[in-house]
Amino acid sequence: MKYRQILDHVVLLFGVFLMMGPLVVAFLTSTYNHVTIHRQGMQFGWGGQFLDTYQTVLTQQGGFSGEITGLLMTQNSIILGIGFAVGKIVVSMTAAYAIVYFRFRAGTFFFWVIFLTLLLPLEVRILPSYEVAQQLGLLNSYTGLILPLIASATGTFFFRQFFKSVPEELLEASRIDGAGPIQFFWDILVPLSRTMMAAIFIIMFVVGWNQYLWPTIMTTEEQYFTLVRGIQSVMQQMIGADIPYYNEALAMAMLAMLPPALVILIFQRMFIKGLVEQEK
Amino acid sequence: MTTLRIKNAVKRYPNGALAVEGVSVDVEDGELCVFVGPSGCGKSTLLRMVAGLEDVTEGEVELAGRVVNDLEPADRNIAMVFQNYALYPHMSVRKNLAYGLKNRGTPKAEIEAKVQEAAELLQIADYLDRRPGQLSGGQRQRVAMGRAIVRDPAIFLFDEPLSNLDAKLRNQMRLEIKKLQRRLGVAAIYVTHDQVEAMTLADKIVVLNAGKIEQIGTPAEVYGNPATTFVASFIGAPPMNLIPAEAENGAIRLGDQTLNLGLDHRGPVTFGLRPERAHIGASGEGLRMETGVVEELGAIRLVHGRVGPHEITVTQNADQPIPGAEAVLRVEASDIHLFDAETGRRV
Ligand SMILES: Nc1ncnc2c1ncn2[C@@H]1O[C@H](COP(=O)(O)OP(=O)(O)OP(=O)(O)O)[C@@H](O)[C@H]1O
Ligand SMILES: [Mg+2]
Repeated sequence: MKYRQILDHVVLLFGVFLMMGPLVVAFLTSTYNHVTIHRQGMQFGWGGQFLDTYQTVLTQQGGFSGEITGLLMTQNSIILGIGFAVGKIVVSMTAAYAIVYFRFRAGTFFFWVIFLTLLLPLEVRILPSYEVAQQLGLLNSYTGLILPLIASATGTFFFRQFFKSVPEELLEASRIDGAGPIQFFWDILVPLSRTMMAAIFIIMFVVGWNQYLWPTIMTTEEQYFTLVRGIQSVMQQMIGADIPYYNEALAMAMLAMLPPALVILIFQRMFIKGLVEQEK
Repeated sequence: MTTLRIKNAVKRYPNGALAVEGVSVDVEDGELCVFVGPSGCGKSTLLRMVAGLEDVTEGEVELAGRVVNDLEPADRNIAMVFQNYALYPHMSVRKNLAYGLKNRGTPKAEIEAKVQEAAELLQIADYLDRRPGQLSGGQRQRVAMGRAIVRDPAIFLFDEPLSNLDAKLRNQMRLEIKKLQRRLGVAAIYVTHDQVEAMTLADKIVVLNAGKIEQIGTPAEVYGNPATTFVASFIGAPPMNLIPAEAENGAIRLGDQTLNLGLDHRGPVTFGLRPERAHIGASGEGLRMETGVVEELGAIRLVHGRVGPHEITVTQNADQPIPGAEAVLRVEASDIHLFDAETGRRV
């Protein structure tokens, strides 16, 4: 028993080391001077320039136009992450509601059509998607960043499975209680789906936050840059100069990781609490 | 006055299944009417047609003098208690009770008063702020009834409301439902497949089989004068013995035995005898029976055996001597039920 436990812990610690090691090194290195990093590579100690570097990253106006700062990028990323996650939840919940509760004739057919779109990820249809978004005049706007991405087969699938597991009698009881379709959705289904929504929000926020290809194509104006794009542009911008600002790029990468981690920490509580309470 | 009138109701499901085939029932004011029958006989379907949860394919449902075929459940003035309670899990008991009233636009103060009144009646006032998940099965059952009561409906609809409770609680709640219904004086339909529940609760029993009515009557009528062999075997426990026989010259021939009853029916019949109406003895006039297994039930015992080639079960008080291998059944003519062998109807 004892040995088993030690073995378990060794395996877990090894996993933690693999996952967290690079992060710690990246963080420590970001506190050094860029010259030092260039000469000596990644660092394993405390460089003492933490405040300087992070303040520069957050407030220095970067890019060609000088319109963008680290703070603005963070804000853009948050808008994209939340818009993406909330949009996906709203669209997939309403779609699943229609499919499960309004047994219109081709409901199953439409469900499978939605499901088929899993075979066509954004990368495959990026040209036509761009074309459509461009013709709608959505380039360089938050709408353009978010709207084309919020259709979600996975979300629809999860909510469909969940709605199917909600006892039919709840619908009937609420009909007898005089609740119409919208009231049933709002008063009964949405509260019951809270844990599902939290779970999907976590996943989708992180996915939205990490979007790279679509924002790169949709936005050319720097005021719409997200953190993920910012990292790349810091490095790119420095290529002409003598020594790239490695420390700033690493600092930005650290900043880019923080909010998703926070979201997971916050919502995980709710998620697990919901699972334990077992309300249905 | 008649609260509910079901006229020639037919229900055909979209997949073609004929669940109810022309059923007519009246439920009088304040009456507790029980729909009883085996699983799949269409009792829930019929109840749900009254509730408005299923469309009526043909026929009419008339509630308080008004045809309600095309009305939404909420507009029918009914209240339903479901088998699995169907309480809203995320709402407190108070909100569960209030939800329907709130949707009707009842003023807040009135809702509060009604909820309080129902909660006190059902002794759930202490749990009003709990959620259904924090209540026991019996308490949830009360909440479900409370939700029905606060609506002040013209009729209560119960669909097997006790089948999720353990046996002891079931008996207790059964009695409470009956008392409550009497006290409120509101008509009710109660669906069950349990004939004991049906007998104990009902003012009027409707026995259903395969989507059709077999018999409507008081518990005593249904027990004492079953209209068909189906009713005879369904109502009463242990069930009535049904034995193929021949009627001729005023007598009944059971295999090689003959019982003289002075009847003027002839032809093949089914001979019915309730286990508790046969007096078993060692000798004398009557049906000869070979006894087999004996089951002791405490106050009574069940004696299983054969009359000719046919199995028969009779009951006997436990203070009587256990019969030997050969016994005689003394039977009163008035305790014998005869059914047409082909149609199963009483003759
Ligand atoms: N939605 C449906 N679609 C098609 N057939 C149905 C549907 N619901 C019920 N049926 C059929 O109708 C018949 C009557 O069903 P119903 O639920 O009324 O039975 P029941 O008497 O309530 O049985 P139980 O005691 O098991 O609840 C059954 O044969 C059933 O298979
Ligand atoms: Mg049923």
